[in-house]
Parts: sequence; C-alpha cells; structure tokens
Amino acid sequence: MNLEPSSKAVFVIAAFALLAAYPLVSGSFGIDLVNKIMIFAIFALSLELLVGGTGLVCFGQAAFFGIGAYATVLLSPSSNPASLLWLLPAAIGAAALYALAVGALSLRTKGVYFIMVTLAFAQMAYYVVHDTPLGGGTDGIYLTAKPVLGAWIDLDKPVVLYLFTLVLLVKVFVCMALLSRSRFGRALAGIRVNEQRMRAAGFATYPYKLAAFTISGAIAGLAGFLFAVKDGFVNPELMSWHFSGAVLIMIILGGIGHLRGALIGAFAFALLQEFFKSEAIFGAFAKHWTLGLGLTIIASVALLPRGLVGLPGQWKDRLLGRASRRAEAAEMQP
Amino acid sequence: MSLSTFLIQCLNSLQYGLLLFLVASGLTLIFGIMGVINLAHGSFYMIGAYMAFALSPVVASAFGGGFFAVLLVGTVLAVLLGYALEWAFYSYLYEREHLQQVLMTYGLILVFEELRSLLVGDEVHGVEIPALLAGTLPLGELMTYPVYRLFISAVCIALALGMYFVFTRTRLGMMIRAGSTNREMVQSLGIDIKFLYRVVFAAGVAIAVLAGMVAAPVSSVYPGMGSSVLIVCFVVVVIGGIGSIRGALLAALLIGFVDTFGKVLLPQAAGVLIYVLMALILLWKPDGLFRAG
Repeated sequence: MNLEPSSKAVFVIAAFALLAAYPLVSGSFGIDLVNKIMIFAIFALSLELLVGGTGLVCFGQAAFFGIGAYATVLLSPSSNPASLLWLLPAAIGAAALYALAVGALSLRTKGVYFIMVTLAFAQMAYYVVHDTPLGGGTDGIYLTAKPVLGAWIDLDKPVVLYLFTLVLLVKVFVCMALLSRSRFGRALAGIRVNEQRMRAAGFATYPYKLAAFTISGAIAGLAGFLFAVKDGFVNPELMSWHFSGAVLIMIILGGIGHLRGALIGAFAFALLQEFFKSEAIFGAFAKHWTLGLGLTIIASVALLPRGLVGLPGQWKDRLLGRASRRAEAAEMQP
Repeated sequence: MSLSTFLIQCLNSLQYGLLLFLVASGLTLIFGIMGVINLAHGSFYMIGAYMAFALSPVVASAFGGGFFAVLLVGTVLAVLLGYALEWAFYSYLYEREHLQQVLMTYGLILVFEELRSLLVGDEVHGVEIPALLAGTLPLGELMTYPVYRLFISAVCIALALGMYFVFTRTRLGMMIRAGSTNREMVQSLGIDIKFLYRVVFAAGVAIAVLAGMVAAPVSSVYPGMGSSVLIVCFVVVVIGGIGSIRGALLAALLIGFVDTFGKVLLPQAAGVLIYVLMALILLWKPDGLFRAG
C-alpha cells in the first residue's frame, strides 16, 4: 500500500463530500455528466469485485448492466410511475439471476477461456435484444414514467436522481470495503492468489467464486437500473462488448486491486473522453477525440504500470530511491 | 435447399472459414508464442482492407497498377508496420500482466480507427474485383459461382500450407516452437529471441493485412470492420485452443460453416449461434479442442 489507511479514508470521504456538494455549484449539464460517471463508478466497482477481488477477468459485464436496464424499462408500467420498492429489487434480481446462470457454467473454465466464455454469454444477451422484438430491437425502447418512492423521491428530477445515485454509490463502496475485510472477502483474495492452495486448505472454491460472480452481476444490474432511469432509454449498445471493454479499461486505468481505483478510473476515463471531445479546446479536431483518448491510454500503460492509484507511490519511489521501490515491489506481489 | 444451393453455401462457408483462419492464426501465434493478448489484431485486418482501397491509385501510378501489385506492396508495408509496432510498443508488453496488454492494445485500436478516419474518411468503399478473376463458374444448371471467392480460398489454403511448412519443416519454425515453450532456454542457446519475436509478430501482422486486402473486394471496406472480425477471431482461437494453429484451422472452418448455414436456415438466431457453439464447446472441453503442445 502506498498510503496510510487513514489517508486513504480521507481521500474517499473527501471525494464523496465533493460529489455531494457538486449540485450546489453546477448546472444541469454538469449534474447529468457527473451522474453518468457515478453510475459508471458503480459499474466499475462491480467488475473490481471480480477482477481485483477474486482474480476473475469478466469480459461480459455489460450484459448484467444491460439486463438491469432492460428489466427496468420492460417491467415499468407504461402509464403511471412504478414504485422503487419493487422495481429496483426486480432489476437487480434479473441481473443477478442471469449472472448466477452464466457464472455456474463459465466458472468451469479458467484464464483466457473464462474471459471468452463470459464474452460469449454477453454476446448472446446482446443478440437476443438486438435481433428480437422483445426489447424494441436495434432501436431500443423508452421508459415513459420514471419510478418514484413516496412523495419525495421522484427520480424524474435530475438532482434527486443525482443524490439517489450518490447514496447508492457510497453504499456499494462501503459494502465492498466491508466485504473485502470479511471472511468471504479474504477467501476471495485467497482464491485470487492461489486457488489450488485454498482448495487444499479446505475451501470449496467454486461456491465462493459463484457467489462473487452473482453479487457482481447484481451490482452491475443496479448500475443498469440507474442508467435506464437517468436516460429514460435503453438500446442494445448497453450490452455490446465495447461497453464491457470500456469498463475493464476504467478499472485497469484506475488501478486493479483497489476500490478507489474503480472510482478514479471511472472518473478519469469519462473525463478524458469529455476533454478530448470538447470543441472549446480542440476545435474542429474534437471529432477525432478517440485518437487523443487512445494515445493517453497507451501513455498510461507506459508510465503508470500500477494505474492511477499507484501514482503517489511512484512519486514516493522517485523521492526515496531504489531501496523502497524494491520493498514495495515485494509488497505488491500477491 | 437444392443441391447446388447447398454446394454454394458450402463454398461460401469454406471461404469465410479460411479467411477467419488467416486472421486468427496470427492472433493465436502472437498469443501462444509471446503471450500477448493483442486486441489490435482486428485493426490489422481493417488496415489491410483499406490498403487495398487506398493503395490501388498509388500503385497504379507507380508500377502501372494491377491487383497483385497492390497485394505485394501492401504485404511489404504490413511487414514493415508489424516490425515497427513490435519494436515501438509490443516488445514492452511481454513482461507485463495480461490486463496491461489489454489496456494498451485497446488504446491502439482507438488510434488505428481514428487515423483511418483522418486519412481515408468514414465512408463505405467498394474495391473492384480484378478483371482476371471477375468471371463466374457454372454450378449445376442455373447457379454460378464467382471465381474471385475461389481465389480467396486458394490464397488462404496456400498461406496455410506455407505456414505449416515453415513451422514443421524449417529451422526457423523449430526455433519459434522452442521459443514458445521456453524463452530463456532458447536465448541461452544463442538464438536472438527478440529478433525471432519481431519476425513472428511481423508475419502475424502481414497475414492479417493480407487477409484484409484479399477480402476487401467481397466484403467492401467500412469503419468498424476490424472489431467485428476481432471478436469472431477470438472465438476461433479459444475454440481451437490457444496457440494451436491446427485447432485454429478446424475452429475457423467450424465457425464458417455454422455462421453461413445459420444465416440461411435460422436467420433470426444467426448472430447468436457461434457464441452458443463456443459456450458449448468450452463447457465440454474447457481448454478448447486442441491444446498447444
């Protein structure tokens, strides 16, 4: 670890406090953008549980996100707004159920094969909504009435949705932090480091992995729910492999193995995108924004082998010299 | 389905499968030998197709034109490109984790796509079939089959045989096979493994570019063609077993047949079929059909 536990907590609390204060100073565009990024952060956290927590690289995470989003729209009654009380659990449940089924089958494989099987299942979900009239085909479908809870939580209002998303993001973050410290989280970490040894120590690793996969799918479904409510619209692109890839890029960019990494990565990725897209800075070149994004990603691989989270540690290494770098490298080893 | 339709679909499957094999073989080689997950491999196919489109006026003015001159110039450029890319980017990835490789090659995809958009634009282009191969062959009483598609299959088969020969019968192939098993040992026997890797990478790029160039007249040239082929090629590599050329060939033909016949017989489910096939095969054999030995 690069930072003391207390300074990590300070960083996270400060970040959440800034996010909570942000609507006070921002216009509707900013609120919408940051809301979207927070949803991505929840999505990235779901994948971090698998990749950083358990060592399972899932390349089909967008399917769970998309199923959460589609379930939200398909289950909502068209005339009057649905109640959050059942719609949110239903959307999460749908994603979790699919994750349970996918996980049960794909966890039989390992490594790159696991990556590809999860991709295959995501592509299946993609083609089901893409090629059948069930979800409106390629055009997607609209959410006519956004869900409410009582009189004061009306997700049709951007600020309410923003705060609702923030609360859920904090909850997910705290739950994941507690989870990683629990016996279950330790067992997952053990599986990541050496599954063989965990089995020899008497753990049936398969149920642990399956539970992690299902929880991860459920959290991705939660993010999908929020996304569908925010945009009021879903289309098959939510399940495309590009999106699964993008979320993987977010957590790698942020730094695998740290919950903060998922947060930082989601913000860095989305803000880089906005930066390179902005016509104020790049003028006519802004429509070629992916060039800048791609070059930045390549540079980050060259310069940030531990992701953005590792940056303070890298600076510290520079200052303290070689000896501490070697010690840290030893510490970084799983 | 009449016999001649069936025959035509078989030939189409064969041609598609062989084309997939060309791209997938480079992917599986780079993965199996150097351990690099190269997401940008589909981009090389895309680059090839765009070369076939963009080089033809240039080549026409310099050498008097001709499709085969374009193929030759394109292949030479591809080898140079592969060599340069390996030197500039990929050689730094061998020691890195897989996820870092994914991140960087994803960045390369974005860069290649956008450079393509800057240089050639975003329109869909057609590439003319060379006059020599533009004819059709009669097939049955009513049907005909384009000669060019047979030409594609022939090129793919020739390349596949060439690869087989290099791998199993030459000293270079022996060194490559040894290098994939134990890098340090090969190095300590006095073989320049860095140069060897560079050659393999350049060859993988050249084959993918060649596949793109040969396919361009049939598939036309459009943005995003790289990433669609990439995912299918990953499916091929995984079904075949990572690192196995023989497995890649078998898997590519299997995918070719399933995809082509799926589109004819079950058009609603055509997109999903190859993924169902892959999931079933991996549930049956979690390491693919052939493990690289």
